[in-house]
Amino acid sequence: MDIAWMAWTWQTAAFFAFIAVLLAGMTLWELVSPGGAPRHGVLGLDTTRGDRLFISLLGSAFIHLGWLALIDTPLWGASIVSVLFALAVFRWV
Amino acid sequence: MTRTWNNRAWFMVFPVLALVAFNAIIPLMTVVNYSVQETFGNNLFFFEGVKWYEEVLASSRFHAALWRQFLFTGTILLIEIPLGVAIALAMPRSGPWVSVCLVLMALPLLIPWNVVGAMWNIMALPDIGLLGHTLRQLGIDYNFTRQPGDAWFTIVLMDVWHWTSLVVLLAYAGLRSIPDAYYQAARIDGASHWSVFRYIQLPKMRRVLTIAVLLRFMDSFMIYTEPFVLTGGGPGNATTFLSIDLVKAALGEFNLGIAAAMSIIYFLMTLLVCWIFYTLMMRGQDQ
Repeated sequence: MDIAWMAWTWQTAAFFAFIAVLLAGMTLWELVSPGGAPRHGVLGLDTTRGDRLFISLLGSAFIHLGWLALIDTPLWGASIVSVLFALAVFRWV
Repeated sequence: MTRTWNNRAWFMVFPVLALVAFNAIIPLMTVVNYSVQETFGNNLFFFEGVKWYEEVLASSRFHAALWRQFLFTGTILLIEIPLGVAIALAMPRSGPWVSVCLVLMALPLLIPWNVVGAMWNIMALPDIGLLGHTLRQLGIDYNFTRQPGDAWFTIVLMDVWHWTSLVVLLAYAGLRSIPDAYYQAARIDGASHWSVFRYIQLPKMRRVLTIAVLLRFMDSFMIYTEPFVLTGGGPGNATTFLSIDLVKAALGEFNLGIAAAMSIIYFLMTLLVCWIFYTLMMRGQDQ
């Protein structure tokens, strides 16, 4: 099957592989500790760990876009901020 | 007591997963791939990194289209939600007129988007259209093909005509679900019409109105066909909303990289707003 039209690059493949690994990790976490660990976080929202991953990923996307718009490349700074953001979300949200 | 898990049910989900993979995930992956590359056709691509994202984020054209999009969405929400609630409140609660009103309200929703655009295009023509001709007879210098303000007026009017019915139907469903006991209690307390609306009807409609706002936001934020048929994004770029700008970049100019980067930013904004509305809706439900 010819998938040249999908125009894969190793960078985008690595990105999607990272997302897939995260989802697989979340599945394993759920198997080890079922229930999704629901809690009422600092934002006043009831979240499960799946919600917290979604918020982390969406927030990270906007952090990277904001970094590009306001600071420019390289994006390592945005990635570090995103990891810190995700840790904060998983700890407090 | 130990819980027995039956994982065979997951097999039932596979057809949906396959469908979502083909109609959403694979196209989305492809768009992400395009957004970091340049192409001149023939499946030849050159890696460009985040260049297109930088260009889009710094582009005044994108900012203008985004601003127009938010302005349009805000305007129609400010009109359609209160108007829809007002019409729902004015509709009869029982009797033979209920069906007539519901059918009349549902009619605009049944018309395909491109037909709505074509209808309003013909109706707004300054020389022969019912709306255009009438306005000109009234001494108003109306021409939606030349004046940006008139083009906006026509597009907003068209959207209000097409979609207020949806808000009406949702609000009406919300109103009908309020038990009579609430109204009887309000009558005993001597509550005014405003108090009944403020403290009974509005809180009880909260959930359906959140759904109405969500649906109208999403639809209007992604609007393409109607303004494209009516004005084609003009005059100039006056009604070039995000989706029209995106199609111009992708198909008109064959700037696949820029169009893909725009699509991803557009998608993320839509996702964020969806999540906010969904969270609000779920919170309302819990309360």
